[in-house]
Amino acid sequence: MSPNIVAILPELWTAIGQTFLMLGIGLSAAVLLGGPLGVLLFLLGPGQSLERPALFGVINWLVNTVRSFPFIILLVALVPFTRLIAGTSIGPVAAAVPLSLAAIPYFARLVEQNLRDVPRGVIEAAHAMGASEWQIVRRVLLVEARSGLVLGLTVLAISFLSYSAVAGVVGGGGIGDLAIRYGYYRFQTDVMVLTVAILIVLVQLIQFAGNGIARRLDKR
Amino acid sequence: MNTTTSSAAAIRIEGASKSYRLPNGRSFDAVKSVSLEVPRGDIFGLIGKSGAGKSTLLRLVNRLEHPDTGRVFVGDREITALGKNELRVERQRMGMIFQQFNLLQNATVFDNVAFPLRIHGKASSGDIFRRVHECLDLVGLLDKIDSHPAQLSGGQKQRVAIARALAPRPEVLLCDEPTSALDSETTRSVLDTLRDVNQRLGVTVLIVTHELAVVRALCRSVAVMEGGEVAEQFAVNDTGPGRERRVTGLGRELARMAVYADVQDDLERLEAAFA
Repeated sequence: MSPNIVAILPELWTAIGQTFLMLGIGLSAAVLLGGPLGVLLFLLGPGQSLERPALFGVINWLVNTVRSFPFIILLVALVPFTRLIAGTSIGPVAAAVPLSLAAIPYFARLVEQNLRDVPRGVIEAAHAMGASEWQIVRRVLLVEARSGLVLGLTVLAISFLSYSAVAGVVGGGGIGDLAIRYGYYRFQTDVMVLTVAILIVLVQLIQFAGNGIARRLDKR
Repeated sequence: MNTTTSSAAAIRIEGASKSYRLPNGRSFDAVKSVSLEVPRGDIFGLIGKSGAGKSTLLRLVNRLEHPDTGRVFVGDREITALGKNELRVERQRMGMIFQQFNLLQNATVFDNVAFPLRIHGKASSGDIFRRVHECLDLVGLLDKIDSHPAQLSGGQKQRVAIARALAPRPEVLLCDEPTSALDSETTRSVLDTLRDVNQRLGVTVLIVTHELAVVRALCRSVAVMEGGEVAEQFAVNDTGPGRERRVTGLGRELARMAVYADVQDDLERLEAAFA
């Protein structure tokens, strides 16, 4: 093993842990806040049971606006907000703030699109049986769209694995941070190759797991 | 026109109209001031060409579409006067089946039939278990209880949908083109099930179809819709002089089919007599 790699090995474990921390916070925020937002976006949309054109327009615009920021710009622009929430603007927890803010509308859009694939007739049948909106969300939409939602979350996880590496640029920690500090600034190509290899393996694992879970959930 | 009192009607529609706004901005009158009574225990067919308003009229009964004017009664309850939550409770008395079955694909047959029982939350899991078994037994699909809909044929899916509609013990069953996606063989099994449901449980059946053979095989009464209005209404097995005075094409065709069937019967009787 090359001496460069041996030297960063202790830091590598911390970095991987930090990457998972950032990813965990970001994805949790996406599921807990972006998920309901996506359901709301679907239900308020044209032709749906809670159709509200004005409110739908506002949320739709907000989702598009946040999503139109290049992530690196969002990262920098949010520094004051990040300090307010996390108390600091460096480290993985701080980096998780802009990461979460980007992940929420991203996942909301993925949820909305997946719910649109649920056949209208199935929703209508539930209405005809006297189901409430909440029961339709929980017992119809989430059940019928579940494999698509898992695949959506997989796409999100992979996108945000690379976003978390970008967060390394502003001292966010994680695997990307390692790549920048050693691989890029110190010209340690072997470290760069190692970090890229780790990211490749992680992406493959996430996709493999996501596909497997989605297939098991899909009975259609 | 009818001699039944209003309390004997399972479904009563009074002057109901419904129009839609078309994408080009104009409005389309799908149902024009229709009044109709479906007697309790009847199997009542609504036929007409596509766009005649028969599906819209059916959907006014459980208010999947809200009428612009007019009133709808199921039993003695005015459906058009109910608030949102009252309507949800009342919908338990109105089962509905659809052309595309509309089962939950990611749920088992058991969970599909249990769905209406669970959303109204009064039944214990033991009650639900028993009721689901009863309903699946009635439609002859008890052996498919743990299957998913994707593993069933079209006819089986529709019978699961019938079991689901029956689970909350409805008084009326609304059927929107229930056999139009099925071949003739499975159509027969679904019609047999519907007839059985009507005879054994006394459930009133209101069925929309464009297939005259379905009307002949299943219905006792029929209303022909044209251009959003009920053009005529008669008993399917009417053999009286009224049969010669049908005003709609579909009505005359049904009369012709009845005559052919009569002649067929006579021939068979003659053949049997001479044999």
